[in-house]
Amino acid sequence: MSVQPLPAAGPARMPSAHLAVQTPAVRKGGVRIVDAVKIYGAQDAGILAVDHCTFDVPPGEITVIVGPSGCGKTTLLNAIAGFHSLSSGSIHLDDEMLCGRGKLKAEPGPDRIVVFQNGALFPWKTNIDNIAFGPIMQGRMSRAEAYDKARDMMADAGLRGIEQNYPGEISSGVRRRVEIVRALMNNPKILLLDEPYRALDSLTKSVMHEALLEIFYKNRVTIFFITHDLEEAIFLGHRVVIMTTRPCKPKKILDIDIPHPRDYSVLTTKRFREFMDETAAAVHEEAIKAFAAGEKER
Amino acid sequence: MTETELNELRGLNVGRAVISDSGYQATSLALSMYRLAQWLRSPRPYLMLIGFAGFLGFWYLSVEVWKLPRFAEMPGPTQVLREWFSTDPTYGLSIFVEEYYLHIWVSTRRIAIAFFLATAIGVPLGLFLGCCQSFKKNAFPVFELLRPVPPLAWVPLAIVMFRGSETPVIFLTFLASFYATALNTMLGVESIDVSYVRAASCLGAKRWQVFRHVIVPGALPFIFTGLQISVGVAWFSLVAGEMVSGQYGLGYVINTSYTMVRYPTIIIGMVTLGIVGYVTSAAIHFLGDYMMQWRTRELALGGDR
Repeated sequence: MSVQPLPAAGPARMPSAHLAVQTPAVRKGGVRIVDAVKIYGAQDAGILAVDHCTFDVPPGEITVIVGPSGCGKTTLLNAIAGFHSLSSGSIHLDDEMLCGRGKLKAEPGPDRIVVFQNGALFPWKTNIDNIAFGPIMQGRMSRAEAYDKARDMMADAGLRGIEQNYPGEISSGVRRRVEIVRALMNNPKILLLDEPYRALDSLTKSVMHEALLEIFYKNRVTIFFITHDLEEAIFLGHRVVIMTTRPCKPKKILDIDIPHPRDYSVLTTKRFREFMDETAAAVHEEAIKAFAAGEKER
Repeated sequence: MTETELNELRGLNVGRAVISDSGYQATSLALSMYRLAQWLRSPRPYLMLIGFAGFLGFWYLSVEVWKLPRFAEMPGPTQVLREWFSTDPTYGLSIFVEEYYLHIWVSTRRIAIAFFLATAIGVPLGLFLGCCQSFKKNAFPVFELLRPVPPLAWVPLAIVMFRGSETPVIFLTFLASFYATALNTMLGVESIDVSYVRAASCLGAKRWQVFRHVIVPGALPFIFTGLQISVGVAWFSLVAGEMVSGQYGLGYVINTSYTMVRYPTIIIGMVTLGIVGYVTSAAIHFLGDYMMQWRTRELALGGDR
């Protein structure tokens, strides 16, 4: 199969110009969660999903949240993204209050972009239409500018040749990469990834991890990553936050001092095993609690 | 490792082997031609012919050869065909008679008007029902109560409400279509994964942009299912309406031929209905394929969604 050459773009096109812009002098995208509480249903009779949760997501780093399925991690992510309100507490992004006293629901916006568990590329738009969607909707770029930038970014991410294909025509691994490029098009301060690799097989997953790190090293965008896979968490994260099961609050916060850039050889190092040993028991304990709670509900 | 193998590893050419080799992009025409060729190569058209032959053979044998008692009054296939293709038909209706096309034209025009109205009112109403929960709570129970009332039960009211012979028939035809379209559109909106709406709002889309770029295209597969059903039930209630009132149309042909004992003409009317009905339904299907390229391609290429 021959790869289609890029159609000539406008004369003023400077390759990779956006990369230079995106290397910030001051790192941005730090999130501070203070005393966050979320109760579903009535205040007194509802279900406590998030219980006085306080931690920081350092700017320019990868923070991974680990916890059993259904523990309330996604609730926290939804509060940051602005899909749900908090019951009390506050969330700040850099110096800006997203939600807190008097305004318990944040507004969704292009500074915090979510990559969804099952993927949310619009199947009715071609890959390039998907990627150019954000800036056009925000009125930040003209159509021509947006498509030029989208084409550059796709080429940069090794996605050349599938611009005019629909998401349904490419493999699920490539779809995730397109979705991350769609997010990066908007120069977000933080990427919120909600178990994005859950549905992938473990081999594809390992390729995706390295691809994600590569994107991170290039863009230095803050990443908030939710998973239930401890190995994935330690491999990717600067910081790993282990959550208790419902209600969700940090049980253990670890700073992973394995130096970046990392690749798959890290998995066999002694330091990596030490982190696994240190955390496996804590995660397992929560998994058992979650399992028992699930049994009771049924 | 070759470029092809590399791309395969990256998953870049999944499902693209047939159509977009060497970067060639499929147009809807090319895709339709491709599917037609595939269809002709498959055993399906020949099995279909066997089916038709079996049906006609049974009809021929039971009426004209064995002369079974139940079929005593039935016209046989040769009689019908002779009448249908006769330049001087015994009962006055064949493909060489101008009136035959007038009947087809009148019926098709009624379908077109009713179907257009049903779509123009049903789709926006369905979208609104799907988007606005409080409106749905008000309007949907009424809708659900009226929907099971068969169009035939509306015949007397339609005649009382509308003057002339044309508008009652169009009203009856419209009614069934409208329910099918509105209901499916509503279900289409409700079927949209909330992630798409959230993703759009993350990317900075305003409310109406979400509506235009997510809700409408997301509901489109259901809308077209609705339109398929809609055009089917439109023919159904059209014939019912034409049997009761009107001076032209295929339903009228069938009914008057019955009262005037022109049995072959009944069959001609029925077969014509079948053919015209099939053509309208295929046209909607084709339009759907054209408007939902993404879906057509996914299905044609065996995409994994």
